[in-house]
Amino acid sequence: MDEKRNRDVWVFAEQRNGELHDVSLELLGKARDLADKTGSKVIAVLIGYHVRKLAQTLVNHGADVVFVADDTRLENYRLLPYTHVFESLIKEHGPDVVLIGATAMGVELAPRVAARIRTGLSAHCIDLKLDENGNLLQVVPGWGGGVVATIACPDHRPQMSTVMPGAMKALPEEEREGRIEEMYVDLPDSNMGPEILGIERVVAGEQPLEKAEVVVAGGWGVGSEENWSLLEELARLLGGAVGATRPPVDEGWAREGQMVGQSGKTIRPTLYIGVGISGVMHHVVGMDQSKNIISINSNPDADIFEASDVIVAEDFMKILPPLIRELKSRVKSWRSINISEEK
Amino acid sequence: MNRIIVCVKPVPDPKHWDKVSMDPETKTLKREGIPNIMNPLDKHALEAALALRESHGGEVVLLSMAPPFAKTTIREGLAMGADRAVLLSDRVFAGSDSLATAEILAAGCRWIGGFDIVLCGNLSIDGSTAQICSQLAEMLDLPNVMHVTGMEESGEDNLIITQKIENGYVKLFSGFPVVLSVRKEVNKPRYIPFTGILAAESKEITMLSNKDLCVDPERIGLKGSPTKMAGLEVRKFERKKEKLEGTVDDIVEKLVERIYQCGVIEC
Ligand SMILES: Cc1cc2nc3c(=O)[nH]c(=O)nc-3n(C[C@H](O)[C@H](O)[C@H](O)COP(=O)(O)OP(=O)(O)OC[C@H]3O[C@@H](n4cnc5c(N)ncnc54)[C@H](O)[C@@H]3O)c2cc1C
Ligand SMILES: Cc1cc2nc3c(=O)[nH]c(=O)nc-3n(C[C@H](O)[C@H](O)[C@H](O)COP(=O)(O)OP(=O)(O)OC[C@H]3O[C@@H](n4cnc5c(N)ncnc54)[C@H](O)[C@@H]3O)c2cc1C
Repeated sequence: MDEKRNRDVWVFAEQRNGELHDVSLELLGKARDLADKTGSKVIAVLIGYHVRKLAQTLVNHGADVVFVADDTRLENYRLLPYTHVFESLIKEHGPDVVLIGATAMGVELAPRVAARIRTGLSAHCIDLKLDENGNLLQVVPGWGGGVVATIACPDHRPQMSTVMPGAMKALPEEEREGRIEEMYVDLPDSNMGPEILGIERVVAGEQPLEKAEVVVAGGWGVGSEENWSLLEELARLLGGAVGATRPPVDEGWAREGQMVGQSGKTIRPTLYIGVGISGVMHHVVGMDQSKNIISINSNPDADIFEASDVIVAEDFMKILPPLIRELKSRVKSWRSINISEEK
Repeated sequence: MNRIIVCVKPVPDPKHWDKVSMDPETKTLKREGIPNIMNPLDKHALEAALALRESHGGEVVLLSMAPPFAKTTIREGLAMGADRAVLLSDRVFAGSDSLATAEILAAGCRWIGGFDIVLCGNLSIDGSTAQICSQLAEMLDLPNVMHVTGMEESGEDNLIITQKIENGYVKLFSGFPVVLSVRKEVNKPRYIPFTGILAAESKEITMLSNKDLCVDPERIGLKGSPTKMAGLEVRKFERKKEKLEGTVDDIVEKLVERIYQCGVIEC
């Protein structure tokens, strides 16, 4: 290994349309923690066009330095040009660690960059630690979350990881000082890969699941779209959001973006209430970092109970209606939460 | 359309995953008695290839890196309609991480040659790194697109590709050759017809070892893998597991209390 290399921790600052992805701020929080342990710097890499304005936000969330690669040809994310820019920067500066969000963009870009550099990449990390030598230990789920592997990359640099959105915590934003450096962008003219014909946005209205403090999640056991509205009501009362396992998404009771688990979102709310969910690993891996877990399932041997703090082994139809009634009568602030009550 | 290569990975059947355990000595997974299936998304990749062949001709070739027992899984793909298969099997491939796997699969693609598209699943259900599509493309020095939910041929040698991203879709225009990985929304894989099962028996599975591929031994297997497994555990949970009992009223009363204790609401 090259002795001259520094121990800098890099974060890929993902943006689309001039908007930073939350995961980038979460990664800065983790990067700060790692860099403070080894006494090194956190560097954010921001690629795009007219994105310089985002640099201060990155500093305020923990970056010491922001490298900005700003060029009209980088306006929309395209795999090959982004790979080229990212790889050139890594080759030039030799960071020790590179963290990238496991988003649609990140899981496509990171492996391509890692392969070009010929270094190791760990996928969908849920935790990152340092061993006694300061090497990165990367905790990744496999087998639908039933297996957790710790990946190391002892002989190659940088150590690269994609990290699940929601798995790390962003530092609160505060005025900080950092250096913002414009990078020279040198792109080959040829082979930019597929051309973008158009980008269609589907706007999701309500509060994102990953940010909700309370998540009421439902499974196949909820039984119908009509019953599903009970979960929505409970979530509204608690100021939370509704999550789902896969079957309700397949049935159309819930949307794809509400799915929690290996192929959906990773959440860690203060309170997770699971209703009619069996507790298959595919789902559990996405919610088991919740602070408090309450599960309602009519099967007293349901697997989800193994992953729960509070167990209610009852038909949810017996529990939810009186629970909602009780909460309505006791939650003082419920009127301020926008509920339409029957007159 | 020339040739389409579909990468298929045999994976342990999730129906039997409760049987998996750890060998405390070797720190590897014990997976005896767990049958293999084709990675579910690879069926979608194969379906996409078959649909393209039906409208534009060409040949569909399956490519897999796996121990020889994978033939059973590969036959399934042949029964679905693929024309032939190439199985890369060699002890020296064992222990490959995604980078080394991509290196070997790339050598397999070059050995097959003459392809317009390489199709993969977006991710496998066991290793599930979702790293193969981009890394394979990088090794082949070809462009790639992941998260594909739609593709149609445009003219003789171009594709219009729909890619799913957060809150939306990107439409891309690509020439050949290109490497793609699909999500499950891309299509519904066909059922295997009985005649397909019979036909598969006579289709060719070419077995290749590294003697045929000649990949640099420094770049494959455990040795050629920059990532190392530093630990492995089968998950267990530590939670309070407090069971609420009594009448419905008792339970609801305690439930409200527990919710308050979480500090998420005021009263
Ligand atoms: C590769 C792959 C990826 C996957 N990714 C995900 C993922 O990201 N997220 C995900 O959620 N799933 C995922 N799945 C699906 C997953 O394997 C399970 O099928 C799914 O999580 C099960 O959902 P469930 O618990 O709602 O349904 P079930 O397993 O059918 O459980 C329903 C539960 O409801 C209970 N119940 C029934 N009636 C009542 C009642 N009246 N009151 C109370 N309880 C009741 C039952 O006792 C049962 O435990 C994935 C699968 C695969 C193969
Ligand atoms: C728990 C666990 C964690 C792991 N973590 C990492 C990690 O962080 N980094 C790392 O580099 N490796 C990791 N590995 C090893 C990695 O899974 C293997 O290297 C594997 O060969 C790469 O495949 P995948 O299943 O992850 O591929 P994916 O990228 O998830 O597979 C996508 C598609 O690629 C194709 N494909 C994949 N493998 C083959 C094959 N053998 N033959 C034909 N087509 C194939 C299929 O079309 C498949 O649908 C891990 C393995 C386990 C069990």
